[in-house]
Amino acid sequence: MNIRAVAAVLAAAVAMPLGAAQATDLEVTHWWTSGGEAAAVGEFAKAFNATGNKWVDGAIAGSGGTARPIMISRITGGDPMGATQFNHGRQAEELVQEGLMRDFTDLAQQQKWAEIVKPTSLLKSCTFEGKIYCVPINIHSWQWLWLSNEAFTKVGVAVPKNWDEFVAAAPALQKAGLVPLAIGGQPWQVNNLFSVLVISIGGKDLYQKVYADKDAAVAGGPEIAKIFKAADDARRMSKGSNVQDWNQATNMVITGKAGGQIMGDWAQGEFQLAGKKAGVDYSCLPGLGLNEVLTTGGDAIYFPLLEDEAKSKAQEVLASTLLDPKTQVAFNLKKGSLPVRGDVDLEAANDCMRKGLDILAKGNVTTSTDQLISQDTQKQLEDLMAQFFASPSMTPEAAQKRFAEVIASAD
Amino acid sequence: MTLPISISAAQGAQVKRPSRYLRNLNSKIASIPMVLTAVVVFLGGTIWTILYSFTNSRLLPRLSFVGIDQYERLWSTARWMVSIQNLATYGILSLIFSLTIGFLLAALMDQKIRFENTFRTIFLYPFALSFIVTGLVWQWILNPEFGVQAVVRSMGWTSFAFDPLYDSDIVIYGILIAALWQGTGLVMCLMLAGLRGIDEDIWKASRVDGIPMWRTYIFIVIPMMRPVFVTTLVIIASGIVRIYDLVVAQTSGGPGIASDVPAKYVYDYMFFAQNLGQGFAASTMMLLTVAIIVVPWAYLEFGGRKRG
Amino acid sequence: MDKSLTAMPNLAGADRLSAGPQGKRPRKVLSGRNIMVYGALTFAAIYYLLPLYVMVVTSLKGMPEIRMGNIFSPPMEITFEPWAKAWASACTGLNCDGLSRGFWNSVKIMVPSVIVSIAIASVNGYALANWKFKGAELFFTILIIGAFIPYQVMIYPIVIVLRELGLYGTIYGLILVHSIFGMPILTLLFRNYFVSLPEELFKAARIDGAGFWQIYFRIMLPMSLPIFVVAMILQVTGIWNDFLFGVVFTRPETYPMTVQLNNIVNSVQGVKEYNVNMAATLLTGAIPLIVYFVSGRLFVRGIAAGAVKG
Repeated sequence: MNIRAVAAVLAAAVAMPLGAAQATDLEVTHWWTSGGEAAAVGEFAKAFNATGNKWVDGAIAGSGGTARPIMISRITGGDPMGATQFNHGRQAEELVQEGLMRDFTDLAQQQKWAEIVKPTSLLKSCTFEGKIYCVPINIHSWQWLWLSNEAFTKVGVAVPKNWDEFVAAAPALQKAGLVPLAIGGQPWQVNNLFSVLVISIGGKDLYQKVYADKDAAVAGGPEIAKIFKAADDARRMSKGSNVQDWNQATNMVITGKAGGQIMGDWAQGEFQLAGKKAGVDYSCLPGLGLNEVLTTGGDAIYFPLLEDEAKSKAQEVLASTLLDPKTQVAFNLKKGSLPVRGDVDLEAANDCMRKGLDILAKGNVTTSTDQLISQDTQKQLEDLMAQFFASPSMTPEAAQKRFAEVIASAD
Repeated sequence: MTLPISISAAQGAQVKRPSRYLRNLNSKIASIPMVLTAVVVFLGGTIWTILYSFTNSRLLPRLSFVGIDQYERLWSTARWMVSIQNLATYGILSLIFSLTIGFLLAALMDQKIRFENTFRTIFLYPFALSFIVTGLVWQWILNPEFGVQAVVRSMGWTSFAFDPLYDSDIVIYGILIAALWQGTGLVMCLMLAGLRGIDEDIWKASRVDGIPMWRTYIFIVIPMMRPVFVTTLVIIASGIVRIYDLVVAQTSGGPGIASDVPAKYVYDYMFFAQNLGQGFAASTMMLLTVAIIVVPWAYLEFGGRKRG
Repeated sequence: MDKSLTAMPNLAGADRLSAGPQGKRPRKVLSGRNIMVYGALTFAAIYYLLPLYVMVVTSLKGMPEIRMGNIFSPPMEITFEPWAKAWASACTGLNCDGLSRGFWNSVKIMVPSVIVSIAIASVNGYALANWKFKGAELFFTILIIGAFIPYQVMIYPIVIVLRELGLYGTIYGLILVHSIFGMPILTLLFRNYFVSLPEELFKAARIDGAGFWQIYFRIMLPMSLPIFVVAMILQVTGIWNDFLFGVVFTRPETYPMTVQLNNIVNSVQGVKEYNVNMAATLLTGAIPLIVYFVSGRLFVRGIAAGAVKG
């Protein structure tokens, strides 16, 4: 530890007279390890390396649940990395409160983040007591139904235009030995699928009442009962998926083994990597073709407070690089997400991304569940949904009763 | 074996001691790592965990007490109840099968057979593999699309269904199969060591008396192996309480929450849900289980008995 | 380190075990009883060998063959590509250098950890067996109970301890962690072994005026080879197979092999490449497997030897 500190001081001392162009290694931890995600991260690394610094990749596979405890342990254990991914929202709240994260307010004012970051709610979730602690890097929305054109052609049914048509087409798919709706076994997938059903079938108001106001009466009421009926349909349609990871489920759609999948816009990265064309090989229905409202969650990069000056400098360089218009376009095209800047031109954007951009431009957006409810509540909902989707014997009514209980105690 | 007591008595007679704390000083110095580990890490860590289980700590441990709220919530959580039930099912079956299979294999190995070393290596090698590896292999063998089910179906029995990892009702047995594969070799070794400790004369005597072999095993040999059984029981039991990696590697607790176990609940709530208080409450319940199983045994084994 | 729980006391008969079967060989090789015994053992052996067979066979097939074939059939076309990929080019995130990097990291973590943890535990066990002081048994009992605590529960306290010592994120920190969690079982093992040695030796040395360390190095150590072998096997497999500490207490440059295995297995890029996964699994398990195959006999002998009398 001491030796390393001394070495760092020496390095900094040598660096000073030579100017700011000294190469600094900056370790960035994240859990982007699927094909599309890795390709997108590569764009960040390329851009950062071009500034004369070095991106040390700290990928940890197995989703945020595996990666976050490691990141948090290292930050609280006094061996912080240079920068780390979190979903913005409430995941890093307490680390900020403890003063372990770096305040980027000055840089943000200098570079006018408040003006360039759209929608403004993104920067707001990075803000704590008036100060900015993270850099939002993309907008992810959950409300997408991805459909395999091939699968529907095979069974001779028109590609559905909305959720109801999709449900109606399900028996035909099943008869042909296809799985109508691919769902991976990980609990977060079904939980978010349910929230998609809430906002897309029930509408924005219902979504707000449940997730923002945490209104238990609404959660136990007839409107949500309708959603549970839809979830029951989804459960029946997903029988036989037998996969764990979200991208394995996406792969079923890509290869025409499944009719469709409800998944966030990052699924698009997988379609792209497989060389599929939007509108030709696959279709996408934002808001399930019913209510075209998108939630604007996403990823953000947080910067732990470091003592090493050279590394702190490099953090600033990385922060500006992440928001650079060119990097934003390159990263988001590969990731399948939307850029956080309203002023970049996504010429290369495909059909589906354009639909997303249009909805964004119309302002049909709302905050994501990550920002509205705590991880604790999220986990309880995940447990409930995972159980509901895996056990055909659990009635929608029983599930709704427990749903209302969780919402009642939510925070 | 009267070692330590007689020595310290002899020592007392020979050496004059300046202070009772300095007596046997080297030994005390040599034991510092053990004492520190026992007190600071294990005892300290346990007390720390119990203390924080009465707080509402979220991402970071904080001392804001909420009484027994975390425990009330824990025991009204469906998932915790599922995990407890799974642990009970898995635990009882795993105890029965490990002991039976382990003992049977050991008894077979003890029949003066050829190739004993080969068989022993075969039974023991899974023990060298990590749970991650074990889980992965069995996930693959039990996969309905590629594994046993697909093979049997391709041989003509098309209605054959065996996909424990995707069936909520039997998923825990899928995990049991893998766990037994990994663990019974060790039980066999322990049992074998125990069997080899039985005096050859006992076998001779029972043969002379014309007692059938199986009766000799059940009524004479097994009772004599009591200490080995106790030891094995504790080893298996502690492994049962701690089971985590295997479940994560094989099913991640699924389908749904059907194969959840307490250690996974603890981990998920501590790190995934960022609710340390809840995780600590659950781990305190686990520690309590461990204490109930282990403390009486450890006390008899190491504490209460005077050797001599 | 679950495997380390092997060393519980109260097993007798080390001599007989090490001597192997005794008495006359059975007269007839093909008696009905023998057929039953060998039949049952062979049947069991098949169950135990099946997964290994599946792993090897799968790792030698190409993906198309896996998709159509059954997992038990031998490969129609043997390919070593999955092995090459797993070793040198499988990706996690941006790093596409497979397991190769992790192999040496694992060696660098394992060697010092094994040496330090065994050194500490053997001295501890010796003190407990031959130089007992008041209260020693109490600490020992706490230590043994500690062996039953799930590691996940201990992460936060350990993080705090390492932070306060300034060792977090260093190799020393990781060695310390492995020493701590290896200690209960190893100490028990050494204690039982030293207790089983003839006490006359110890007494004679005392009368000759030998002290604590002298007796340890001159008398105990030279007599303890079997138990050191057992301890070494346990620690090598335990530390090599460790994932949790390896990932929490290191940084990406020094991730051990198991972390990379997890990364390769869980980073699904498109389709799951089962053949690469299996090859990676075999490569990661190779070291402990080799250790077991080579010294399995010593291990079994040592279990009995180290656990003779409580």
